[in-house]
Amino acid sequence: MTQALKDLGDHIAAALPNDVLDTEVNRVGELSVTVRTGSVVRVLTFLRDDANCLFKQLVDVCGVDWPAREQRFDVVYHLLSLKHNQRVRVKVATDEDAPVPSVVGVFSSAGWFEREVWDMYGVVFSDHPDLRRILTDYGFEGHPLRKDFPLTGYVELRYDEEQKRCVYEPVKLTQDYRSFDFLSPWEGSGPLPGDEKAEGRG
Amino acid sequence: MAEAKIQSYNINFGPQHPAAHGVLRLILEMSGESVERADPHIGLLHRGTEKLIEHKVYQQSIPYFDRLDYVGTMNQEHAFVLAAEKLLGLEVPLRGQYIRVLYCEMGRILNHILNVCSFVFDVGGMTPMLWGFEEREKLMEFYERASGARLHANYFRIGGVAWDVPAGLLEDIDAWCDQFPKVIDDIETLVTENRIFKQRTVDIGTVSPEQALDWGFTGPNLRASGIAWDLRKAQPYEVYDRMDFDIPVGKHGDCYDRYLIRIVEMRESVKMMKQCIREMPAGAVRADDRKVTPPPRAEMKRSMEALIHHFKLFTEGFHVPEGETYAAVEAPKGEFAVYLVADGTNKPYRCKIRPPGYVHLQALDMMSKGHMLADVVANIGSIDIVFGEIDR
Repeated sequence: MTQALKDLGDHIAAALPNDVLDTEVNRVGELSVTVRTGSVVRVLTFLRDDANCLFKQLVDVCGVDWPAREQRFDVVYHLLSLKHNQRVRVKVATDEDAPVPSVVGVFSSAGWFEREVWDMYGVVFSDHPDLRRILTDYGFEGHPLRKDFPLTGYVELRYDEEQKRCVYEPVKLTQDYRSFDFLSPWEGSGPLPGDEKAEGRG
Repeated sequence: MAEAKIQSYNINFGPQHPAAHGVLRLILEMSGESVERADPHIGLLHRGTEKLIEHKVYQQSIPYFDRLDYVGTMNQEHAFVLAAEKLLGLEVPLRGQYIRVLYCEMGRILNHILNVCSFVFDVGGMTPMLWGFEEREKLMEFYERASGARLHANYFRIGGVAWDVPAGLLEDIDAWCDQFPKVIDDIETLVTENRIFKQRTVDIGTVSPEQALDWGFTGPNLRASGIAWDLRKAQPYEVYDRMDFDIPVGKHGDCYDRYLIRIVEMRESVKMMKQCIREMPAGAVRADDRKVTPPPRAEMKRSMEALIHHFKLFTEGFHVPEGETYAAVEAPKGEFAVYLVADGTNKPYRCKIRPPGYVHLQALDMMSKGHMLADVVANIGSIDIVFGEIDR
């Protein structure tokens, strides 16, 4: 299975040398293809129509936020080939401003997924027929799944008895949100001061 | 008399509507009585599950999965624990796998009873609802006896299940399996050949195989369109490769076929449950890896090491090595999957939930175009949506 995926990755890379940046089969045996942001429509069309691929289903599109990176967002597409019983993951990187070409023209199922990525991360999709927010409230501001968006959010909603309508107010917590850091300070921090010998450097 | 000019107008369907199966707000652009465009507004039940999971250690995420599709809850937990186990490289003992499959199939029946009966209810038949819920109640009692909760079970753990099933439970499930096909028969005699039901569902919301693939259909909805695809057969996980079952496939892809598929799937699930009980081996139900699964209570009283493991697991949790994975299960509604990105710490870096209902609801516009208003209700009922998972 892993070998078949490796071959498939090589096949995709050979067929689209200008679009594919990297193919990788990771340690759990899944194929990821990283492509140029502008090429995503061409790559997905190829994956759908090529006889060795036939990934006829786009099962998922989602975003991942890596704030430390210059292009902080990954948009991840998961495709499924019923014919070959294989899955492939396609990744493109982008930032807050650079739009990603929409793939609604290739897979109709992309419509809502891309709306969700826009809603949650603020990634813009060019040529999307209907890029509105989808899961958040009407008139919501911000993109909640970004790592710099606080878990508690900014506004809360309640019914106001005097005004007889729902009112938005800034979040007031009776107790501050507490995030416990259980990570052991002894792990991953390198050798302790004075313990350089342990690494053979003393 | 001057010719009447029909103007198109909008209907606001929901969010509080008995046929909306939850909090669905549907803006329908009508031309006379036929639908020109259906625009579902979702997100009224959005609770930020994915964001919350990013702030919790791995074990604490499992209860959130019960609250997604709250009809067949353990199937969702299954996707998440499979994803985490894949990254951890954890092997689940055979008995644990059998218990999982048993409860997943039970979840499938729970889901299909609710869907079939409420679908029939939507198009005018009340009796199956009353019969079906009696059976659902019995199944939820089995949930309760194993996990302590009727709905939000939180029974699966990364590495197995929380604890073994109590004595006598498997026999009772087996006895239930013997009488349940009779209930399906009863429901079928009322519904399957019913003239009114057929008038409301045959050739309504027809989805061709090409459309089904293009719109990302999975599960019973895809199979109703004539594509033989089931993850339990195609990419078997747990002990599904040992199970002896058939995959029903529809021909027309209309609402009626989607109903029939679910009826047959329930019978197949009963078969699988019986097989699970028959073949279930004795032994452990959870992986014996103290870095991931907590030690038994008795051991903690005597062993210092076990006590330390217990303390570490319930404060810090365990660390999942860096990597990403996409784990999909054949949930009752279709392909339910978790895309998990781990960064080597004790919390998931990203946990994307792929709900089947989200994709199916998206296609409602395509399915309802040109149909009557009443057929939209049939379409919603037949694609089997629950807003817990759509809105997340």
